[in-house]
Formats: sequence, C-alpha cells, structure tokens
Amino acid sequence: MTAKVSYGSVEVGTELPAQSFPVTRATLVQYAGASGDFNPIHWNEKFALEVGLPDVIAHGMFTMAEAVRVVTDWVGDPGAVVDYGVRFTKPVVVPNDDKGALIEVSGKVAAKLDDNLVRVDLVALCDGKKVLGMSRAVVRLA
Amino acid sequence: MALDQSFVGRTYPPTPAYEVGREKIREFAEAVGDANPAYVDAEAARALGHADVIAPPTFVFSITYRAAGQVVQDPQLGLDYSRVVHGDQKFSYVRPVRAGDRLTVTSTIESIKSMAGNDVIDIRGDVHDETGELVVTALTKLVARAAEEA
Repeated sequence: MTAKVSYGSVEVGTELPAQSFPVTRATLVQYAGASGDFNPIHWNEKFALEVGLPDVIAHGMFTMAEAVRVVTDWVGDPGAVVDYGVRFTKPVVVPNDDKGALIEVSGKVAAKLDDNLVRVDLVALCDGKKVLGMSRAVVRLA
Repeated sequence: MALDQSFVGRTYPPTPAYEVGREKIREFAEAVGDANPAYVDAEAARALGHADVIAPPTFVFSITYRAAGQVVQDPQLGLDYSRVVHGDQKFSYVRPVRAGDRLTVTSTIESIKSMAGNDVIDIRGDVHDETGELVVTALTKLVARAAEEA
C-alpha cells in the first residue's frame, strides 16, 4: 500500500478535493452490464413508475462507487482503503435527457486513528439533497 | 409477517469460486468512469505494492450480492424479495481484490429485526481467496418493506 498523502500532513478537518460525477441513462446501462445488476428500476421508466418511483433511479452501488473516488483519487492507491460504508438515504433520480443527474461529493478528515489510519466522512449530494448517509471510509496514509 | 429469529447466525455453504478477470475489472472501472491506473495497468499496480491490477473498492459487491441470494431466496426464510431495498452497505478489507483471485463467499445472517412492519436483515459475506485467506467482509443491510393492506 502506497498512499501519496502522509499521515503527518493531515489534521482533523482537512478537506479532500471535491468532485462531481454526472449520471445519464447511458451510464446506468453501462453500470448494469459491468456489475450484473439488471434491476429494471435502473433502466426501465415504465417499470420504475409502476413500483412508485418518480423515474428511473441510479444503482445505489453506483453512487457508492463514485463517492469513494474522492478518497481513492486523494490517496492515489485504492488499496489503501481499509473500511468503507454508506447508508442509502435517497435515490438519485436520472431523467431521460442529455444532462441526467449530478452527484456532488465532498469529504473531510473526521478522525486520526492509530497505525497511520484516518477516517474520512463523505457527503454525497444530488439536487442539494443528501443521497448517502453515514458515508465513511477508513484509509491508511503514508 | 415477521421473519423467524431462529435464522440469526445461520451460515450458508460457500459459493463456487469466482475468478476475478482483469478485463472484468477494466469493464467495471470504465463503467464508473474511474481512470486510476491501478485498475488496468499491472506495472502501475505493482509500483503501489500490489501483485497485479486491483479492483475498485465496491467491485466485490457483484460477487457478495449474488452469494446473498442464497439467503434472500431461501424459501424457509420467506423474505419477500419484490419488496426488498438496499439499506446499508459496508466493506472491511484485509487487502484489495486483484486479478486472478479465485474468491468464495460464505454468507451468514447477522441479525433480523422488525421495524414498523418492515423486516430488516443484516447479511455478512466473508470473501476468501483460493488459499483460504480472508480478503474482504461485506455487510449488507436489506429492508423488506411492509406489505400493503390487501
């Protein structure tokens, strides 16, 4: 494991570079294929409406995959992630247009632990609303 | 109807081995738009101390969720799968998943709760490699929403 951020260089409150991740229907079809999750709520509008959703929604695991990129891009080595967890609080609604939806993710160091580990708390927003809760990663720094 | 508490602690047989392919990792990394070279370039991965290309942190969910299907579809447990939503997801990594791993998953029911008519079930998936070493543990919370009154 070779993180490019040193433990000594961060403090509680250190902000990670924020990132925005666009999601369109095409993104969801591609993610369905790559992940093997073909639940029609992620690509079939008719089906999504029938089960009471406002529209097609993104896979929760897609949002989870995007959010942790704020951490892995920061440390460089994705293998430095020791723990990662989220709660799926609100769906990311993806309209059938050119723009789709935008997931905005920020993170900050919430705690410095032993063994060069730090806990990063992430915030993921879509349309200004939190789509993940309790979104935390523990990562080993250099 | 509340699920049977006696299923708590039940462990299901390990799944057949899933071989992690480098092109499958590439496909997944591309699908999430992640250009980290450790996912596609073995030399870049080795420079970080890994034996081969590694998988993005959430890649392993595809394998553990399939394994959790043993629980979800256990007719004795009787979970109504059509009403299930994904509540929480956690991973604890011993090391990253990498190309060439042959992974088996052992699923265990950690807890069953009934909250406001919803069934909440926590499933732990322990992922081992071909040498028997633990690679990652996945904790999946599923919520089966209460059925509407007929």
